[in-house]
Amino acid sequence: MAPKQKKKSSRRKKSPKPILAASEDMEPVNMESMGHPEIYPLVLTTKTQEIFNCRIDEDITDEQPYKLINKEDIFEDLRNRAAVSDFHPVKKIVQEYPGNELLLVYDKDFKYGLNFYLIGTEEGKENYLNPPEVSEEQEEYKEYIPEDVYIYKPPVSKPWVSLGSEKEIEEASVTESTKQITYMISRKRSEFGAPIKFSDQNASSVKDAYIECTAYPDKNFTLKQLEKDVGMQVIPQIKDISTQTKWTYPKNATTQYYPREFSEEEKETLKQSKPLVDFLNNASISVEIALQQNEITNTFIDDWKHLAEEEGTFGDKTDTHLKEYQSFTDLHSPTEKMITCVSWHPTIYGLIAVSVAVRLSFEDRVHFSGKLLLQPSLILFWSFSDPIHPQLMLESPDDIFCFKFCPSDPNIIAGGCINGQIVMWDITTHADRIENVKAGGSRSKKATLKPMFLLEPESNKEAMYIRHCAVSSIENGHKKVITDIHWLSDTFEINRMGSVFENRSGICCQLVTCSADCALCHNMFWDIRPQKPLTPQTTEKKKEENIEIPFDVPSTFLHLDLSWKPLTKVRLSKGETSLDHCPTKISLKEDHLLCKTQDKVLAQSKTAKAEEMNPYHNLESGMPNLLKPIDDFCTKFFVGTEEGEVIYTDWKMEKDPETGRLMPKKPVSLHTIHDGIVHTIQRSPFYDDIILTVGGWNVAIWKESVMTGPLLQSCCAPKRYTSGHWSLTRPGVFYIGREDGYIDIWDLLEKTHEPAQSQNICITMITCIKPWIFSSKQQFIAIADYYGTLHILEIPWTLSRPSTNEMTSINHYFEREVKHLEYVEQRKKIREQEKKEMEQEMAKKKVKIYQKSKEQMEAELKMDYESYLELEKTVLINLGLIKVTEKGSYSDVM
Amino acid sequence: MTAEVEETLKRIQSHKGVIGTMVVNAEGIPIRTTLDNSTTVQYAGLLHHLTMKAKSTVRDIDPQNDLTFLRIRSKKHEIMVAPDKEYLLIVIQNPCE
Repeated sequence: MAPKQKKKSSRRKKSPKPILAASEDMEPVNMESMGHPEIYPLVLTTKTQEIFNCRIDEDITDEQPYKLINKEDIFEDLRNRAAVSDFHPVKKIVQEYPGNELLLVYDKDFKYGLNFYLIGTEEGKENYLNPPEVSEEQEEYKEYIPEDVYIYKPPVSKPWVSLGSEKEIEEASVTESTKQITYMISRKRSEFGAPIKFSDQNASSVKDAYIECTAYPDKNFTLKQLEKDVGMQVIPQIKDISTQTKWTYPKNATTQYYPREFSEEEKETLKQSKPLVDFLNNASISVEIALQQNEITNTFIDDWKHLAEEEGTFGDKTDTHLKEYQSFTDLHSPTEKMITCVSWHPTIYGLIAVSVAVRLSFEDRVHFSGKLLLQPSLILFWSFSDPIHPQLMLESPDDIFCFKFCPSDPNIIAGGCINGQIVMWDITTHADRIENVKAGGSRSKKATLKPMFLLEPESNKEAMYIRHCAVSSIENGHKKVITDIHWLSDTFEINRMGSVFENRSGICCQLVTCSADCALCHNMFWDIRPQKPLTPQTTEKKKEENIEIPFDVPSTFLHLDLSWKPLTKVRLSKGETSLDHCPTKISLKEDHLLCKTQDKVLAQSKTAKAEEMNPYHNLESGMPNLLKPIDDFCTKFFVGTEEGEVIYTDWKMEKDPETGRLMPKKPVSLHTIHDGIVHTIQRSPFYDDIILTVGGWNVAIWKESVMTGPLLQSCCAPKRYTSGHWSLTRPGVFYIGREDGYIDIWDLLEKTHEPAQSQNICITMITCIKPWIFSSKQQFIAIADYYGTLHILEIPWTLSRPSTNEMTSINHYFEREVKHLEYVEQRKKIREQEKKEMEQEMAKKKVKIYQKSKEQMEAELKMDYESYLELEKTVLINLGLIKVTEKGSYSDVM
Repeated sequence: MTAEVEETLKRIQSHKGVIGTMVVNAEGIPIRTTLDNSTTVQYAGLLHHLTMKAKSTVRDIDPQNDLTFLRIRSKKHEIMVAPDKEYLLIVIQNPCE
């Protein structure tokens, strides 16, 4: 819209005219910078707009955004308002303006910065009002032409410009460099196919028949050896001769010889000869020197090597946990059972016997006694090869709480019942069944594949119930549950008095049991051989009680059945009171040997087989009368009681001088260490006189000769200890089972104040622990729990293999503990003495003080009185009541 | 004479750790022994050869030298051989405890 004339306008010179009330002499700003020098932007206030009638949107609209203003009006405004007038900045323009009317344009878009602008030239005015046609043309010129018809122009060929590509092509092309030679060979056709004749020819005779490349020595490649490493040895002359012979066939040839020996006479004559004597005299000197050297010291010992532990280990040294091997549960029993006692079979590998009892309290037992009668109480024989079916089941009249294999014959088993009876079994007839237990296992696997009717009638799969052979007499036996049963060693036997005699039969024939009945009998010694009838009455009773026995029960112990009386009874009295201790476990001197009777038993069984008669079946010969008594036999044994006491007492009876009856001796020592029932008393398999007792919440180790107290007494554990056992191979290790299913493994060489490690086995109370050695590499531990599951775990190498010198170290430890106890005893005595002395001194002191104080008081009183008198005198003198001269009379009066 | 012989041998046998003593002649035939026959014969035969070999070795190295005593220390025992022109005295001892 705006005219686009580029006109150079002369710059406004400063006008010489004085400006009315103007402090500043401003030059009007024009839009030369924007290319429109004639445009002068202005701001017009509303007042000005009203004056000139150029109000926005009223006088000046979009269609007519300009107004022609008279010059005179502008001048008038200028005169009226002077500097305030809006036209002040463009005053000069207005004055110089040639025409009469000025064009004022409304700048709606503020194109030039202000809302109005004034066009300062006539030409500009004219251009604005009448835009020239040129601009239209220019506008037209600037319009974009949208459509353009595309005219096809064919390409014009241009001359080719070489850029070097023909050379590349030349190089890449293949051309024949040489001309090909063609040969044409022809021959007469008749000569084709003719027979060929070959002949020899010497190559060298014909010239140029061959070409050779002769070898020649090249000096560049010759090596001269300057040094040679040679070894020399002088050997005797050797002659090597070989021949070839005719060898027809191999023949075996043997020679037999026997050494030359002197006859007896020759030996005698030689002995007499002088040279021999001389030789011996000379030689024996040097020999004795050598022997003594060896006795003094072993020169070949490498101390450094001996310091280290043995290197050969099987398995991981760092693995110290017991690994689960197998577990057995009786799935067929209707009621919940717990395992009361576990015992490994002494000879057969992989066979373990377990006694199960119903898991009820006494009240429940009484309540359900009818139901319990119908269920058989069993001892189960488990084998490693068959974890589901027990191999054998021994039946008993009531729940068995402890049982033992007879050490001299593993087919005899003695068990103690809950009702106080002893039950005996003889499984000799079934021995072959369990001996072939491993083979039987594989056979049973095959049997499961066959249908039932093809099975042999005597299949090994079914476990057989074996009835007991004998039970003890109910009236004469224990009244309460038998808590412990032991076979006495076969080296000695006991008579009624408790004296010890040697055992000629070579078998274990006596048992000792203990029970907690507080009425009369506690420890009983039983003999399994038939006793001579004391009175005719008993024989009659026997005849009456000839009950029909089932045919498959062996008659080994028929003489004992229901009439078996104990040999002797030992009571543990508590001294003056009539109360007795209630024993729970006992430990005899020879017991620890029973663990290692494998070899002994084997030897004995072999001899027994040789005799073709089991001595146990021949028991009816009765007790021989004359036996040699064994003197100096230690008849003392350890007893653990229900109250947690450990008693060391004697089973030999002595005659009470007052009443003349046989009385048991008083216990040698008694200690209350444990807070609960002592359920384990066990001798160490390595030491005769070290005993482990476990009960309540703690563990104690005793030495037999030291009666002042235990060598080691552990502090109270967080959980109750329910079973314990020594390790069979490591002298310082023992296993303790807790009531929460954890097993604590103690290692005396590692820590003595707490277990070395603790491992969780099951969720319930552990009732029995029994380790067993199978081979030098394999050791198992059987752990029985309260819910009737028997866990078999493998003992890792570190726990089964003793370290070198472990026994000596443990020995030293025990000796130290003994010394410590002695020291404590001595200190106790010293302390008591000191205490006594102190008390005496205190008493003396008191007396002295009392006396002293009395004298002192009198002296003090006297002094006080004298000083008072002096005071009285001086006061009176000062007062003038007494004259100085009269002083003497006063003192005389005193 | 015999008593002397007996006494000497008994004295040697009573040393600590001695397992056996034997007197062998130059050909390796045992004259007197405290072990059983088969063991004696075995020891005598083997040790006789070994002693001969040891003697010849010593003589070969230095002809003026001669073997006076031979001790063989093994893991379990020590075998001592006192050679002579005509006889051989063999003692077997267990030196360690």
